[in-house]
Amino acid sequence: MGGLPAGAIERTEHDYALWEKRVDALMMLLSSKDRRLLSVDELRRNIESLGADAYDKMTYYERWIYAITQTLIQRGVITVDELGRKIKVVQDREEQRG
Amino acid sequence: MSHEHEHAKEPLHVHRNPPRPDQDDTLTYYRAMEAAVRELLIDKGVITAEDIRRQVEDLDGRNAGRGAQMVARAWLDPAYKERMLADGAKAAEEIGFDVGPLKLIVVENTPGVHNVIVCTLCSCYPRMLLGLPPDWYKSRNYRSRVVREPRRVLAEFGTVIPDDVQIRVHDSTADMRYLVAPMRPEGTENWSEAELARLVTRDSMIGVALADRASR
Amino acid sequence: MADAVAPRFHVGDRVTVRAAYPIGHVRTPSYVRGKHGVIERLCGTYPNPEELAYARPGLPKLPLYRVRFLQRDVWPDYTGQPADVVEVEIYQHWLETEGQAR
Repeated sequence: MGGLPAGAIERTEHDYALWEKRVDALMMLLSSKDRRLLSVDELRRNIESLGADAYDKMTYYERWIYAITQTLIQRGVITVDELGRKIKVVQDREEQRG
Repeated sequence: MSHEHEHAKEPLHVHRNPPRPDQDDTLTYYRAMEAAVRELLIDKGVITAEDIRRQVEDLDGRNAGRGAQMVARAWLDPAYKERMLADGAKAAEEIGFDVGPLKLIVVENTPGVHNVIVCTLCSCYPRMLLGLPPDWYKSRNYRSRVVREPRRVLAEFGTVIPDDVQIRVHDSTADMRYLVAPMRPEGTENWSEAELARLVTRDSMIGVALADRASR
Repeated sequence: MADAVAPRFHVGDRVTVRAAYPIGHVRTPSYVRGKHGVIERLCGTYPNPEELAYARPGLPKLPLYRVRFLQRDVWPDYTGQPADVVEVEIYQHWLETEGQAR
Protein backbone atom coordinates (compact mmCIF):
# COMPACT_ATOMS: atom_id res chain seq x y z
CA MET A 1 0.00 0.00 0.00
CA GLY A 2 2.97 2.31 0.39
CA GLY A 3 3.10 5.07 -2.16
CA LEU A 4 -0.40 4.76 -3.56
CA PRO A 5 -2.23 8.04 -4.06
CA ALA A 6 -4.26 8.94 -1.00
CA GLY A 7 -5.93 11.89 0.64
CA ALA A 8 -5.76 13.88 3.85
CA ILE A 9 -5.16 11.96 7.05
CA GLU A 10 -8.08 12.29 9.43
CA ARG A 11 -6.85 12.81 12.94
CA THR A 12 -10.01 11.66 14.67
CA GLU A 13 -9.57 8.84 17.12
CA HIS A 14 -12.22 6.68 18.69
CA ASP A 15 -12.45 4.92 21.98
CA TYR A 16 -12.29 1.23 21.33
CA ALA A 17 -15.59 -0.56 21.88
CA LEU A 18 -15.63 -3.64 24.06
CA TRP A 19 -16.22 -5.93 21.10
CA GLU A 20 -13.16 -4.49 19.38
CA LYS A 21 -10.97 -5.07 22.40
CA ARG A 22 -12.30 -8.61 22.53
CA VAL A 23 -11.25 -9.15 18.93
CA ASP A 24 -7.80 -7.95 19.88
CA ALA A 25 -7.86 -10.22 22.94
CA LEU A 26 -8.87 -13.22 20.81
CA MET A 27 -6.00 -12.56 18.46
CA MET A 28 -3.49 -12.37 21.31
CA LEU A 29 -4.80 -15.49 23.06
CA LEU A 30 -5.07 -17.66 19.95
CA SER A 31 -1.63 -16.73 18.62
CA SER A 32 0.09 -17.16 21.98
CA LYS A 33 2.86 -19.68 22.41
CA ASP A 34 0.78 -22.12 24.40
CA ARG A 35 -2.06 -22.24 21.91
CA ARG A 36 -0.65 -21.40 18.48
CA LEU A 37 -4.09 -21.84 16.92
CA LEU A 38 -3.38 -19.17 14.36
CA SER A 39 -0.50 -16.98 13.28
CA VAL A 40 -0.57 -13.29 12.40
CA ASP A 41 0.73 -14.35 8.99
CA GLU A 42 -2.44 -16.34 8.31
CA LEU A 43 -4.53 -13.42 9.54
CA ARG A 44 -2.71 -11.03 7.24
CA ARG A 45 -3.09 -13.34 4.26
CA ASN A 46 -6.81 -13.64 4.88
CA ILE A 47 -7.19 -9.88 5.14
CA GLU A 48 -5.19 -9.38 1.95
CA SER A 49 -7.48 -11.83 0.17
CA LEU A 50 -10.44 -9.55 0.95
CA GLY A 51 -9.11 -7.17 -1.67
CA ALA A 52 -8.50 -3.45 -1.64
CA ASP A 53 -12.11 -2.35 -1.33
CA ALA A 54 -12.37 -4.11 2.03
CA TYR A 55 -10.74 -0.96 3.33
CA ASP A 56 -13.75 1.00 2.17
CA LYS A 57 -16.43 -1.47 3.19
CA MET A 58 -15.13 -2.86 6.49
CA THR A 59 -13.63 -1.31 9.58
CA TYR A 60 -10.32 -2.43 11.04
CA TYR A 61 -11.79 -4.82 13.60
CA GLU A 62 -14.38 -6.14 11.17
CA ARG A 63 -11.50 -7.20 8.93
CA TRP A 64 -9.66 -8.76 11.84
CA ILE A 65 -12.61 -10.77 13.20
CA TYR A 66 -13.28 -11.95 9.64
CA ALA A 67 -9.65 -13.04 9.37
CA ILE A 68 -9.62 -14.75 12.77
CA THR A 69 -12.79 -16.66 11.91
CA GLN A 70 -11.57 -17.60 8.44
CA THR A 71 -8.28 -18.86 9.86
CA LEU A 72 -9.99 -20.95 12.53
CA ILE A 73 -12.14 -22.55 9.81
CA GLN A 74 -9.06 -23.21 7.68
CA ARG A 75 -7.34 -24.80 10.65
CA GLY A 76 -10.34 -26.94 11.49
CA VAL A 77 -10.82 -25.43 14.95
CA ILE A 78 -14.42 -24.51 14.13
CA THR A 79 -16.65 -25.57 11.26
CA VAL A 80 -18.74 -23.41 8.98
CA ASP A 81 -21.84 -25.17 10.28
CA GLU A 82 -21.00 -24.48 13.92
CA LEU A 83 -20.37 -20.85 13.06
CA GLY A 84 -23.65 -20.38 11.23
CA ARG A 85 -25.62 -21.96 14.06
CA LYS A 86 -23.89 -19.97 16.77
CA ILE A 87 -24.29 -16.64 14.94
CA LYS A 88 -28.02 -17.34 14.80
CA VAL A 89 -28.09 -18.15 18.53
CA VAL A 90 -26.35 -14.84 19.22
CA GLN A 91 -28.71 -12.91 16.97
CA ASP A 92 -31.82 -14.57 18.43
CA ARG A 93 -30.66 -13.76 21.93
CA GLU A 94 -30.21 -10.10 21.09
CA GLU A 95 -33.57 -9.96 19.45
CA GLN A 96 -35.15 -11.46 22.58
CA ARG A 97 -33.49 -8.75 24.60
CA GLY A 98 -35.08 -6.21 22.30
CA MET B 1 -10.59 5.56 26.94
CA SER B 2 -14.16 4.53 27.71
CA HIS B 3 -14.60 2.19 30.64
CA GLU B 4 -17.23 -0.48 30.27
CA HIS B 5 -18.19 -3.08 32.80
CA GLU B 6 -16.55 -6.25 31.65
CA HIS B 7 -19.75 -8.27 31.66
CA ALA B 8 -22.02 -5.67 30.01
CA LYS B 9 -23.55 -6.91 26.84
CA GLU B 10 -23.66 -4.39 24.05
CA PRO B 11 -26.98 -4.09 22.23
CA LEU B 12 -26.51 -5.38 18.74
CA HIS B 13 -29.67 -4.12 17.01
CA VAL B 14 -29.32 -7.15 14.83
CA HIS B 15 -31.59 -7.81 11.88
CA ARG B 16 -32.45 -11.34 10.93
CA ASN B 17 -31.70 -10.83 7.26
CA PRO B 18 -28.28 -11.47 5.74
CA PRO B 19 -26.12 -8.35 5.93
CA ARG B 20 -26.88 -5.63 3.39
CA PRO B 21 -24.10 -3.43 2.03
CA ASP B 22 -25.23 -0.74 4.47
CA GLN B 23 -22.54 -0.02 7.06
CA ASP B 24 -24.70 -0.48 10.15
CA ASP B 25 -25.70 -4.00 9.20
CA THR B 26 -22.19 -5.19 8.42
CA LEU B 27 -20.99 -3.71 11.70
CA THR B 28 -23.59 -5.62 13.68
CA TYR B 29 -23.01 -8.79 11.64
CA TYR B 30 -19.34 -8.81 12.54
CA ARG B 31 -20.12 -8.03 16.14
CA ALA B 32 -22.33 -11.12 16.15
CA MET B 33 -19.45 -13.05 14.58
CA GLU B 34 -17.13 -11.97 17.38
CA ALA B 35 -19.58 -13.15 20.02
CA ALA B 36 -20.20 -16.40 18.15
CA VAL B 37 -16.52 -17.24 17.74
CA ARG B 38 -15.75 -16.34 21.34
CA GLU B 39 -18.61 -18.50 22.64
CA LEU B 40 -17.69 -21.43 20.38
CA LEU B 41 -14.13 -21.34 21.63
CA ILE B 42 -15.32 -21.20 25.24
CA ASP B 43 -17.71 -24.12 24.56
CA LYS B 44 -14.77 -26.10 23.19
CA GLY B 45 -12.54 -25.27 26.13
CA VAL B 46 -10.01 -23.48 23.95
CA ILE B 47 -10.28 -20.31 26.04
CA THR B 48 -12.28 -19.21 29.05
CA ALA B 49 -14.32 -16.07 29.57
CA GLU B 50 -11.78 -15.17 32.24
CA ASP B 51 -8.96 -15.38 29.69
CA ILE B 52 -10.74 -12.81 27.54
CA ARG B 53 -11.57 -10.58 30.47
CA ARG B 54 -8.00 -10.59 31.72
CA GLN B 55 -6.59 -9.93 28.26
CA VAL B 56 -8.90 -6.94 27.74
CA GLU B 57 -7.96 -5.60 31.15
CA ASP B 58 -4.29 -6.03 30.33
CA LEU B 59 -4.76 -4.19 27.06
CA ASP B 60 -6.48 -1.33 28.88
CA GLY B 61 -3.43 -1.02 31.08
CA ARG B 62 -1.05 -0.56 28.21
CA ASN B 63 -0.63 2.96 27.04
CA ALA B 64 2.09 5.21 25.78
CA GLY B 65 3.31 5.76 29.35
CA ARG B 66 5.49 2.67 29.12
CA GLY B 67 7.38 3.85 26.08
CA ALA B 68 7.58 7.33 27.58
CA GLN B 69 9.28 5.97 30.67
CA MET B 70 11.90 4.21 28.56
CA VAL B 71 12.67 7.38 26.64
CA ALA B 72 12.85 9.49 29.80
CA ARG B 73 15.22 7.00 31.40
CA ALA B 74 17.38 7.04 28.30
CA TRP B 75 17.55 10.84 28.48
CA LEU B 76 18.85 10.61 32.04
CA ASP B 77 21.09 7.54 31.75
CA PRO B 78 23.45 7.26 28.73
CA ALA B 79 24.28 3.63 29.52
CA TYR B 80 20.58 2.71 29.52
CA LYS B 81 20.21 4.59 26.25
CA GLU B 82 22.94 2.50 24.63
CA ARG B 83 21.31 -0.70 25.85
CA MET B 84 17.92 0.53 24.59
CA LEU B 85 19.30 1.30 21.15
CA ALA B 86 21.01 -2.09 21.01
CA ASP B 87 18.01 -4.16 22.15
CA GLY B 88 14.71 -2.41 22.73
CA ALA B 89 12.79 -5.38 24.11
CA LYS B 90 15.46 -6.13 26.73
CA ALA B 91 15.51 -2.48 27.73
CA ALA B 92 11.73 -2.56 28.22
CA GLU B 93 12.01 -5.68 30.36
CA GLU B 94 14.70 -3.97 32.43
CA ILE B 95 12.05 -1.50 33.59
CA GLY B 96 9.70 -4.37 34.33
CA PHE B 97 7.49 -4.28 31.23
CA ASP B 98 6.48 -7.70 30.00
CA VAL B 99 6.59 -7.39 26.25
CA GLY B 100 6.26 -11.06 25.36
CA PRO B 101 7.75 -12.01 22.00
CA LEU B 102 8.18 -8.38 20.88
CA LYS B 103 11.31 -7.59 18.89
CA LEU B 104 11.77 -3.89 19.31
CA ILE B 105 14.13 -1.48 17.59
CA VAL B 106 14.34 1.96 19.15
CA VAL B 107 15.53 4.65 16.76
CA GLU B 108 16.88 7.89 18.11
CA ASN B 109 16.11 11.39 16.88
CA THR B 110 19.19 13.61 16.80
CA PRO B 111 19.83 17.16 15.58
CA GLY B 112 20.65 15.64 12.19
CA VAL B 113 18.08 12.82 11.94
CA HIS B 114 14.33 12.57 12.40
CA ASN B 115 12.62 9.16 12.41
CA VAL B 116 9.02 8.23 11.64
CA ILE B 117 7.34 4.82 11.80
CA VAL B 118 4.74 3.19 9.57
CA CYS B 119 3.56 -0.27 8.61
CA THR B 120 2.49 -0.02 4.99
CA LEU B 121 1.44 -3.66 4.72
CA CYS B 122 -0.97 -3.85 7.64
CA SER B 123 -0.58 -1.65 10.74
CA CYS B 124 2.08 -3.24 12.90
CA TYR B 125 2.73 -1.23 16.03
CA PRO B 126 4.49 -2.03 19.31
CA ARG B 127 1.14 -2.75 20.97
CA MET B 128 2.64 -4.82 23.77
CA LEU B 129 4.44 -1.68 24.85
CA LEU B 130 2.29 1.28 23.76
CA GLY B 131 -1.21 -0.19 23.69
CA LEU B 132 -3.54 0.19 20.71
CA PRO B 133 -2.55 2.50 17.87
CA PRO B 134 -4.56 5.58 16.87
CA ASP B 135 -7.01 5.22 13.99
CA TRP B 136 -4.99 7.43 11.69
CA TYR B 137 -1.92 5.22 12.03
CA LYS B 138 -3.95 2.33 10.65
CA SER B 139 -5.55 4.42 7.90
CA ARG B 140 -4.91 3.86 4.26
CA ASN B 141 -3.97 7.50 3.80
CA TYR B 142 -1.22 7.52 6.42
CA ARG B 143 0.20 4.21 5.28
CA SER B 144 0.26 5.22 1.62
CA ARG B 145 1.59 8.74 2.03
CA VAL B 146 4.07 8.86 4.89
CA VAL B 147 6.50 6.53 3.13
CA ARG B 148 6.38 8.59 -0.04
CA GLU B 149 6.05 12.17 1.17
CA PRO B 150 7.03 12.13 4.84
CA ARG B 151 7.81 15.85 5.05
CA ARG B 152 4.38 16.82 3.80
CA VAL B 153 2.61 14.37 6.10
CA LEU B 154 4.61 15.57 9.09
CA ALA B 155 3.79 19.16 8.19
CA GLU B 156 0.09 18.22 8.19
CA PHE B 157 0.62 17.01 11.75
CA GLY B 158 2.17 20.37 12.55
CA THR B 159 5.75 19.09 12.54
CA VAL B 160 8.09 20.87 10.19
CA ILE B 161 11.47 19.18 9.74
CA PRO B 162 14.22 21.52 8.48
CA ASP B 163 15.91 20.76 5.17
CA ASP B 164 19.25 20.00 6.79
CA VAL B 165 17.73 17.22 8.89
CA GLN B 166 17.56 13.76 7.32
CA ILE B 167 14.19 11.98 7.55
CA ARG B 168 14.26 8.21 8.00
CA VAL B 169 10.99 6.41 7.45
CA HIS B 170 10.87 2.93 9.01
CA ASP B 171 8.42 0.51 7.43
CA SER B 172 7.91 -2.38 9.85
CA THR B 173 7.27 -4.95 7.17
CA ALA B 174 8.28 -8.06 9.05
CA ASP B 175 9.06 -9.13 12.57
CA MET B 176 10.48 -5.95 14.06
CA ARG B 177 8.52 -3.23 15.79
CA TYR B 178 9.76 0.31 16.15
CA LEU B 179 9.73 3.13 18.65
CA VAL B 180 11.13 6.60 18.09
CA ALA B 181 13.10 8.18 20.94
CA PRO B 182 12.46 11.92 20.49
CA MET B 183 15.05 14.50 21.50
CA ARG B 184 15.00 15.82 25.02
CA PRO B 185 13.40 19.28 25.10
CA GLU B 186 15.39 22.28 26.28
CA GLY B 187 14.88 23.72 29.73
CA THR B 188 14.50 20.33 31.42
CA GLU B 189 17.71 20.25 33.43
CA ASN B 190 17.23 18.60 36.83
CA TRP B 191 13.83 17.20 35.89
CA SER B 192 12.94 13.79 37.29
CA GLU B 193 12.28 10.74 35.14
CA ALA B 194 8.53 11.00 35.84
CA GLU B 195 8.43 14.68 34.88
CA LEU B 196 10.36 14.00 31.70
CA ALA B 197 8.14 11.03 30.79
CA ARG B 198 5.12 13.35 30.73
CA LEU B 199 6.68 15.22 27.81
CA VAL B 200 7.08 12.06 25.73
CA THR B 201 3.84 11.71 23.80
CA ARG B 202 2.61 8.75 21.81
CA ASP B 203 2.83 10.82 18.64
CA SER B 204 6.46 11.69 19.35
CA MET B 205 7.24 7.96 19.66
CA ILE B 206 5.61 7.31 16.30
CA GLY B 207 7.56 10.23 14.92
CA VAL B 208 4.82 12.54 13.66
CA ALA B 209 5.56 15.00 16.47
CA LEU B 210 8.39 16.12 18.71
CA ALA B 211 8.29 15.67 22.47
CA ASP B 212 6.22 18.31 24.23
CA ARG B 213 8.07 21.46 25.18
CA ALA B 214 8.91 22.15 28.81
CA SER B 215 6.36 24.60 30.11
CA ARG B 216 6.99 24.65 33.81
CA MET C 1 17.86 -29.94 6.84
CA ALA C 2 19.58 -27.09 8.68
CA ASP C 3 17.45 -25.08 11.04
CA ALA C 4 18.34 -21.78 9.36
CA VAL C 5 19.76 -20.58 6.07
CA ALA C 6 23.15 -18.91 6.49
CA PRO C 7 23.21 -15.15 6.01
CA ARG C 8 24.73 -14.09 2.66
CA PHE C 9 24.96 -10.36 3.16
CA HIS C 10 26.88 -8.03 5.42
CA VAL C 11 26.23 -4.55 6.73
CA GLY C 12 27.07 -2.10 3.98
CA ASP C 13 26.49 -4.50 1.08
CA ARG C 14 24.67 -2.97 -1.86
CA VAL C 15 21.64 -5.07 -2.80
CA THR C 16 18.78 -5.09 -5.28
CA VAL C 17 15.27 -6.24 -4.39
CA ARG C 18 13.94 -8.79 -6.89
CA ALA C 19 11.12 -7.49 -9.05
CA ALA C 20 8.87 -10.53 -8.69
CA TYR C 21 5.09 -10.37 -8.30
CA PRO C 22 3.65 -13.66 -7.10
CA ILE C 23 0.26 -14.11 -5.51
CA GLY C 24 0.18 -15.23 -1.91
CA HIS C 25 1.37 -13.50 1.22
CA VAL C 26 4.54 -11.49 0.70
CA ARG C 27 6.18 -9.12 3.16
CA THR C 28 8.28 -7.28 0.58
CA PRO C 29 6.42 -4.07 -0.27
CA SER C 30 5.85 -3.40 -3.98
CA TYR C 31 7.41 0.03 -3.82
CA VAL C 32 10.92 -1.38 -3.24
CA ARG C 33 10.83 -4.22 -5.73
CA GLY C 34 13.46 -3.67 -8.38
CA LYS C 35 15.15 -0.97 -6.29
CA HIS C 36 18.71 -0.72 -4.95
CA GLY C 37 19.63 -0.26 -1.33
CA VAL C 38 22.23 -0.96 1.33
CA ILE C 39 22.15 -3.53 4.15
CA GLU C 40 21.76 -1.59 7.39
CA ARG C 41 21.71 -4.59 9.75
CA LEU C 42 20.90 -8.27 10.04
CA CYS C 43 17.78 -8.48 12.21
CA GLY C 44 18.01 -12.22 12.83
CA THR C 45 16.61 -15.38 11.28
CA TYR C 46 12.90 -16.12 11.35
CA PRO C 47 10.47 -18.63 9.82
CA ASN C 48 9.34 -17.67 6.33
CA PRO C 49 6.09 -15.66 6.62
CA GLU C 50 5.09 -16.71 3.09
CA GLU C 51 4.80 -20.25 4.43
CA LEU C 52 3.46 -19.36 7.89
CA ALA C 53 0.60 -17.66 6.09
CA TYR C 54 -0.56 -21.10 4.99
CA ALA C 55 -0.09 -22.68 8.42
CA ARG C 56 3.15 -24.34 7.36
CA PRO C 57 6.22 -24.18 9.61
CA GLY C 58 8.26 -21.89 7.34
CA LEU C 59 11.53 -23.74 7.94
CA PRO C 60 14.41 -23.42 7.50
CA LYS C 61 14.48 -19.97 9.07
CA LEU C 62 15.56 -17.17 6.77
CA PRO C 63 17.83 -14.19 7.43
CA LEU C 64 15.91 -10.92 7.73
CA TYR C 65 17.72 -7.65 6.94
CA ARG C 66 16.95 -3.98 7.34
CA VAL C 67 17.71 -2.41 3.99
CA ARG C 68 18.16 1.33 3.64
CA PHE C 69 17.01 3.04 0.43
CA LEU C 70 17.49 6.62 -0.63
CA GLN C 71 14.00 8.00 -1.16
CA ARG C 72 15.05 9.53 -4.46
CA ASP C 73 16.03 6.03 -5.66
CA VAL C 74 12.57 4.72 -4.76
CA TRP C 75 10.24 7.52 -5.93
CA PRO C 76 11.02 9.22 -9.25
CA ASP C 77 9.16 12.33 -8.13
CA TYR C 78 10.39 12.50 -4.53
CA THR C 79 10.08 16.08 -3.31
CA GLY C 80 11.91 15.85 0.02
CA GLN C 81 15.62 16.14 0.71
CA PRO C 82 18.33 14.11 -1.12
CA ALA C 83 19.53 12.53 2.13
CA ASP C 84 16.08 11.22 3.11
CA VAL C 85 15.86 7.45 3.39
CA VAL C 86 13.31 4.70 3.92
CA GLU C 87 14.31 1.55 5.81
CA VAL C 88 12.48 -1.70 5.22
CA GLU C 89 12.83 -5.24 6.57
CA ILE C 90 13.34 -7.69 3.74
CA TYR C 91 13.96 -11.41 3.77
CA GLN C 92 17.14 -12.70 2.19
CA HIS C 93 15.49 -14.60 -0.67
CA TRP C 94 14.17 -11.31 -2.04
CA LEU C 95 17.65 -9.77 -2.23
CA GLU C 96 20.39 -10.03 -4.82
CA THR C 97 23.83 -8.49 -4.86
CA GLU C 98 23.46 -5.26 -6.79
CA GLY C 99 24.36 -5.73 -10.40
CA GLN C 100 23.61 -9.45 -10.36
CA ALA C 101 20.51 -9.53 -12.56
CA ARG C 102 18.84 -12.92 -12.66
